[in-house]
Amino acid sequence: MTTITFENVWKEYDERVVLEQVNLSLDDHEFLVIIGPSGVGKTTLLRMLLSQEQPTRGRILIDGEPIASEPTADRGVVFQRYSVFPHRTVLGNVMMGPQWAGAPILGRFFGARRKALEEKAMALLTRVGLGEHAHKYPAQLSGGMQQRLALAQALIMKPKVLLLDEPFGALDPGTRKSMHELVGELWEENRMTIVMVTHDLPEAFLLGTRVIAVDKRRNDPQAPERFGASIVSDFEAKCRSVRESRLFEAERARVRLALLAAAPATGDDPTVPAFETALVKD
Amino acid sequence: MRRIINYAPRPGVRLILAILPFVVVLAIYMLGSNARLAVEPADKLMPSFASFWNTMVRMATTVDKATNQYLLWWDTWLSLQRLFLGLGISAVLGLVLGIIVGFVPYLRATFEPFFAAFSLIPPLAVLPILFILFGLGEASKIVLIVFGIAPFIIRDVMLRVSALPTEQIIKAQTLGASTWQMISGVVLPQVMPRLIDSVRLSLGAAWLFVIAAEAITSEGGLGYRIFLVRRYLAMDVILPYVIWITLLAFLMDYALRRLAVAAYPWDQIKAA
Ligand SMILES: Nc1ncnc2c1ncn2[C@@H]1O[C@H](COP(=O)(O)OP(=O)(O)O)[C@@H](O)[C@H]1O
Ligand SMILES: [Mg+2]
Repeated sequence: MTTITFENVWKEYDERVVLEQVNLSLDDHEFLVIIGPSGVGKTTLLRMLLSQEQPTRGRILIDGEPIASEPTADRGVVFQRYSVFPHRTVLGNVMMGPQWAGAPILGRFFGARRKALEEKAMALLTRVGLGEHAHKYPAQLSGGMQQRLALAQALIMKPKVLLLDEPFGALDPGTRKSMHELVGELWEENRMTIVMVTHDLPEAFLLGTRVIAVDKRRNDPQAPERFGASIVSDFEAKCRSVRESRLFEAERARVRLALLAAAPATGDDPTVPAFETALVKD
Repeated sequence: MRRIINYAPRPGVRLILAILPFVVVLAIYMLGSNARLAVEPADKLMPSFASFWNTMVRMATTVDKATNQYLLWWDTWLSLQRLFLGLGISAVLGLVLGIIVGFVPYLRATFEPFFAAFSLIPPLAVLPILFILFGLGEASKIVLIVFGIAPFIIRDVMLRVSALPTEQIIKAQTLGASTWQMISGVVLPQVMPRLIDSVRLSLGAAWLFVIAAEAITSEGGLGYRIFLVRRYLAMDVILPYVIWITLLAFLMDYALRRLAVAAYPWDQIKAA
C-alpha cells in the first residue's frame, strides 16, 4: 500500500519560479505519467520526489509521512542515461543494492549468501531479457538493454515507488515498444507505484493509469521567470474498473493454476469448476 | 591530388616511417663522431659507440673501488628507489585526498582552492627549504618528488570524481549505499584507471625531480653520476646514462599501461 501526496509544493531557484502550487494525491498502485513541454519542470518534480532537490514550499508525503531528505531505497529510479555502473558486469550491477544493504563495510557477499543472491539476480535478469548477457559490461549493451538493466537493478530493491525520467527517450521506436510492454508487465507483477516523465503522448496514454500535464497557467511576457508551472490537466487514463478487471484476471489465473497444481488428478472434482464459474460470473 | 590529410601510410610503411627518425639521428651522430675522431682521436665530446659499450660494460661488471659497488646497478637501484617511493606516496595521497575532497562537498569547498594554489608553487624553489627541514638525506629528495607531483595527481583525481555523472551517485543512494559504500564501490574503482594515467603522465616530472635532487646532494644515483662525471667531460658515461634513464621511463610507462588494460577491462571497452 503506497500513496503519494504533494501538498502545495513550490520550487524556486533564486528569483526564478519553476513550479508553483503543485497539489496531487496518488492512490496505491498507480502508473502516473507526467507530460509537458521541454524545460517546464517535469524533471524537477521527479527530483523532488526523489529528494535530489527539496521543495522551497509545501511538502511531499509517502503513505502520510514526509519523504526522507535524501534519496533512499524506498524510491528506485531509472534516468534517461547513466543509471548503471560501467565498472560492474550486468550481473554485478544487479547485485549491488542487496550487497550494500547486507554488507556495510565490504559491500560484497561471499559463499552461500552470494550464491543465493546470484540466483535471485539471474532470475530477474532473465525476466527482463538479459539472461545471456549477465557477464558483459554495460558498455557492451545496446541502449535498450542498458535501460532493462537499470530497471532490474532498481527492482531488486523492491522499491515502493519507481521513478522514471524519460527512460525511453534515447531509444529507437522498436526497442521502445518492447520496453513499454516490459514496464507495463513489471508494474503489474510488482504492485508498486510508478511515476514516469515523458514527452511522448501516445506512450503516456498507453502506459499510464493517470496522466498529468504540467505547464504554466499564467505567463508574464516581460518576466517569464515570475510564474512557475503547475498541473494543468489531470486524466484518469484507464478507468479504475478496467484496471481492477485486469488485476482480477491476473488473480483468477493465479488461483486457477494453484488449484490445478493442488489437485492434478482430480479433474472431476466438483469444487474446481464451481469455484471457476463463480469467478467468471463476476 | 587529394588533400594531404587524406593520404595515410599502410601498416608496413608506418613501421618503417616510425623507425626512420631514430636511424637518422644515430647515423648523424655516427658520422659526426667519426669525423671528429678522425681529426682528434682523444676527442671527448662525441665518443664512438664502441667506447659507450666498453664504458657501460665496465660500470656494470666491475666493482668500483670508492663505493665498493657495481656502479650502473647501484645508481639505478638508488634512483629507482627514490622514484618509486616518491611516486607511490604521491599516488596514495592523490587517491585518498582526491577522492575524499572531490566527493564531500564541504571538504571540496574548503580544500579545492588551497590545492589549486599549492600546485602552483614551483617545487624546485622550495628545495632549499626541504633541505633545511629534512636534511640532505633521502627524506628531502622524496618529499621533493611528492611536493612536485602529488598536487597534480590530487587535482586530476578530484576532476575525475566530479566528472562522474550525478545520475550514478543518485542511483547508488536509491540502492541504499552509504557514503563509504559509494566511495569504495562506485568512486574508487572508476577513478583507478585515471590514477594510473596520471601517474604515467607524472613519470617525466618525477624523473626530473629525482635527478635535480641527486645533482645537488647524494652518494649515488643516475642523476648524481651524470653530474659527477660532467667535470671530466665523460660523454661516454653521460649519453648511455641518459639513454638508460629514457629506457627505464619507457618501460615503466609501458608496464603501467599494461596494468591498466589488465586490471580495468571495462575502461578499455568504454574507450573503444
Ligand atoms: N539547479 C538549477 N538551477 C537553476 N535552474 C534550474 C536548475 N535545475 C533546473 N532549472 C530550471 O528549471 C526548469 C525546469 O527544468 P527541468 O525540470 O529539467 O525541465 P524538464 O521539464 O524539461 O524536465 C528549467 O528552465 C531549468 O532551467
Ligand atoms: Mg527533463
